[in-house]
Amino acid sequence: MTYATLTDADRAEMLETIGVASIEELFRDIPAGVRLGRPLDLGEPLTEQEILERLEELAARNVHAGEELTFVGAGVYDHYVPAVVDYILQRGEFLTAYTPYQPEMSQGILQAIFEYQTVICELTGMDVSNASGYDGTTVAADACFIAKHATGRTRIVLAETVNPQVRQVVRTYAPGFGMEVVDVSHRDGVTDPDEFRAAAQGAACAIFQQPNFFGCLEPAPELAAAANDGEALAVAHVDPISLGVLEAPGNYGCALAIGEGQGVGNPLSFGGPHYGFIAAREQFTRRMPGRIVGETTDLRGERGYVLTLQTREQHIRREKATSNITTNQTLLALGGLISLCWLGPEGLREVGEACMALAEHAKERLELPLLFPEQATFKEFGIRVGRPALDAIREARTHGVNPGYPLGRDYPGMDDAILVAVTERRTVDDIERLAEALAG
Amino acid sequence: MPASESYPDDLHYHREHDWARIEDGEALLGITWYAQDALGELVHFEAPEAGAAVTKDGIYGEVESVKAVSDLVAPISGEVIEVNQAVVAAPETVNEDPYGDGWLVRIRVADPAEADGLMDVEAYKALLAEQ
Amino acid sequence: MKLVFERSRPGRRAGRIPRPDGLSPPAPPEHLRRAQPPRLPEIPEVELVRHFTELTSRNFGIDTGFYPLGSCTMKYNPRVNERVAALPGFRDLHPHQDEDGAQGALELMHDLQEILAEVTGLHAVSLQPAAGSQGEVTGLMLMRAYFSDRGEGEQRRRVVVADTAHGTNPASVTMGGYELLKVATDARGNIDLDDLRDKVDDSTAGLMLTNPSTLGLFDENIDEISTIFHDAGALLYYDGANLNAVCGISRPGDMGFDIVHINLHKTFSQPHGGGGPGGGPIAVREHLEPFLPVPAVVRDGNRFRLDYDRPKSIGKVRAFTGPFGVFVRSYAFILAWGRELRAMSEDAVLNANYLLAQLKDVYDLPFDRLCMHEFVLSARTLKKEHGISALEVAKRLMDYGFHPPTIYFPLVVPEALMIEPTETETKETLDAFVAAMQSIAREAAEDPETLKTAPHNRPVARLDEVKAAKRAVVRYRFEEHPDLVAEATQPVQAEAPKGV
Repeated sequence: MTYATLTDADRAEMLETIGVASIEELFRDIPAGVRLGRPLDLGEPLTEQEILERLEELAARNVHAGEELTFVGAGVYDHYVPAVVDYILQRGEFLTAYTPYQPEMSQGILQAIFEYQTVICELTGMDVSNASGYDGTTVAADACFIAKHATGRTRIVLAETVNPQVRQVVRTYAPGFGMEVVDVSHRDGVTDPDEFRAAAQGAACAIFQQPNFFGCLEPAPELAAAANDGEALAVAHVDPISLGVLEAPGNYGCALAIGEGQGVGNPLSFGGPHYGFIAAREQFTRRMPGRIVGETTDLRGERGYVLTLQTREQHIRREKATSNITTNQTLLALGGLISLCWLGPEGLREVGEACMALAEHAKERLELPLLFPEQATFKEFGIRVGRPALDAIREARTHGVNPGYPLGRDYPGMDDAILVAVTERRTVDDIERLAEALAG
Repeated sequence: MPASESYPDDLHYHREHDWARIEDGEALLGITWYAQDALGELVHFEAPEAGAAVTKDGIYGEVESVKAVSDLVAPISGEVIEVNQAVVAAPETVNEDPYGDGWLVRIRVADPAEADGLMDVEAYKALLAEQ
Repeated sequence: MKLVFERSRPGRRAGRIPRPDGLSPPAPPEHLRRAQPPRLPEIPEVELVRHFTELTSRNFGIDTGFYPLGSCTMKYNPRVNERVAALPGFRDLHPHQDEDGAQGALELMHDLQEILAEVTGLHAVSLQPAAGSQGEVTGLMLMRAYFSDRGEGEQRRRVVVADTAHGTNPASVTMGGYELLKVATDARGNIDLDDLRDKVDDSTAGLMLTNPSTLGLFDENIDEISTIFHDAGALLYYDGANLNAVCGISRPGDMGFDIVHINLHKTFSQPHGGGGPGGGPIAVREHLEPFLPVPAVVRDGNRFRLDYDRPKSIGKVRAFTGPFGVFVRSYAFILAWGRELRAMSEDAVLNANYLLAQLKDVYDLPFDRLCMHEFVLSARTLKKEHGISALEVAKRLMDYGFHPPTIYFPLVVPEALMIEPTETETKETLDAFVAAMQSIAREAAEDPETLKTAPHNRPVARLDEVKAAKRAVVRYRFEEHPDLVAEATQPVQAEAPKGV
């Protein structure tokens, strides 16, 4: 019982104050028939040292990005997380705080969220951001819910080049929203604006991804215009690390910008916890899901911050709320904020340029057919290895290199294709090793 | 400055704390002093569009304070011919003058006979006394 | 204090990026290229660290002091959990790593699933939902899939929720595509059975219930409630927000519930990080297992793998297999208690009753029973006699160094103060809290003005929430501070979208 703080003497004294004879009596309202009546079938309690040994033993059976040269991306990326992120997020005043319901106790978190909202608006060119969503998949479902209520329509248009996990999550949520999903196939790795326009007619929203799941650059302004022509909300799912070099969705006519924040400030952590971001034009402010922090003043006229526009939320509007979300991903989002402050505008642009330069170099050096040779890419690209991708990956891993993600898992006809992600953490020498590993 | 409690005797009252002032085939709709006091200072008025149809006992909009939302219930049916833009711009007007400058919408009344089913001031005060 | 943007000066920076040797960066196509850089702060690392350190000094966490926020289970977060979550084998593991390179992670998740099945008394667990509220909507999706599979999908349209419920329950009902029916609470704080019987029939899909309820009371009629729903062919959903009261004592499965979500960030000590992350695994009875999200983490002998071959699955509710870092922390926490986990809940309930016994004569107690892990007081008398509301009590507690309880919830209690001490507080801390609450009740009579203007020693005085809602300033207004950026540029604004 490592974490018990009461002594037996305390307990005896406290029971006397309460006026009951035993701990058991405190549970007298629980009917006998629903009591467990035996100890839980769990292990012996462990000490801190024993816990550490057990977890170290489990961790040792994973092959992590420090042990194996990795080019796996497909939605989660090995970007550099600065040391200041870990340092600040481990401070107990942030780490062990709850949602800032009481603003006078929570000015630190509230101001930090306000700063996070601002940098998300800056990255995306939007007017309003919430305090974070669960991840890059669930914010797409949130966008659909906004679109349904903003347009009164029920059709969701999804480009096939959007991350398959995002598409799966949208499909899981759609029936409950009373919405249906229509896919738009890709043409040579990107979405055709005319097909997108046709599908968006009468739709609630039309969602595309930039850069798309194949790493290709979509004709994003044309896709946004196509959605707008159909009076559907244009929703861009964007990679935040690309937004130092690629245009912001708010600057080419999108209503909403969403995305997975992990690449900015979060470790891989086997898929979570990470943060999703969702940002919108001002006219959607009252339809936004979850917490939003606003600026105000205190009784003395000093600037301060509070949770605001709370009547949107479940604890007030209940069944009519804009979302059921309460716990979000604040700590991870603050990791994103700190990371972006550390990079600054120049640093963000340099990361994007480094990724692009290395990826272009890798495309040439690998000397393998590109999946979509006509398309410009950002940090990821598809290659064809001329045999089952799973075999090629298995073999490369015996050389200590994980070459990427097998696209055949999600796309028929791509069983020989690998999606290769090159972040700024890879080097020219690393790309040599990748080329050698793929050559066998 | 919030208004002090009052219930004018020229209004028709609805049990959901809404009022109507009916004149010449038109009606102004609003919320009572009791309703605005229970909500606290209003910060938002979600108004219907001009031209929208409202139905007796139906919801025609919302008012919000910081910590509460309240549906606006129509005491009488009709068509919205004007939204009080002064309240849209400054919702606290309702707290300051719930029966005057704080009216919410003007409607063209569909069926004046519907007003017979509403409460007069004495009946409404009796309802408040129960609560 | 300054915003980070107000510490920015053009040309300063913290991080530098390695330049790839001899490679010149290709430019993106002209029409896709960023025209104006985002206005991120330009700040050296020392200023960055000072900025965020100053922010932490203006924030209160469990590490700062007692945090009896009802329904949030603010217990101590052991530091070893942070150490193990940061092991490179966990932190730097890519979620698309081959299964044979992730056996340790998969085993941990499988172990955690089995532990949660034992604690809830149910058969199968999915760790995927990101938080309690996502667990709720996932549970409702399971109901929908289950009834559709039985050909009752159209017929069963309604979900019953108690009037004491968290707002997430009714909001989840809407997101899950169901109609909401509210059921009343009786004079003892249990569900009103007569009202309930009237609301359950063959159009009912299920019930969502927290037990103990948000009043901190165990529903004494849980057997009867379960029978009413099961006799109608409906399912019971358990909102695990209050599981900290009953671990090892009474299991939701034994109470009759079919679907449960567990808040790992409450009962199992994942730190809440100022709002998240959380974890909302769900546990279900055997007949609901086929509908759980994919992938499932399964064991084949000594090997663990991800199983996507679940034709009846509702699909995915978030990316990958869930918030893995949260699992590592909660797993480590449960290992510490092991089979003695019951003692955790016993102390949580003892602490709550100890506070209740000493405060019920000072504040109103709407339901005079022993409580479970939390209880709800009312400041109704203080309000009537001295004009002091629950809000004022809460603000004044800050001056005594305590985080306030949850206030104005549950909605069925006017001027509610909802207090949850958790098991990790010492008796001395509880005694100090009682003394503060007693002192505030005295002040309400003797010096109400001090309460109405509290807090008096926080970094800010009471904040104007009305102004915040009216102005809705939700991002920094650079345009009001043109001196802070090198070129005071307006963002390029294209035409607003039409679909509005």
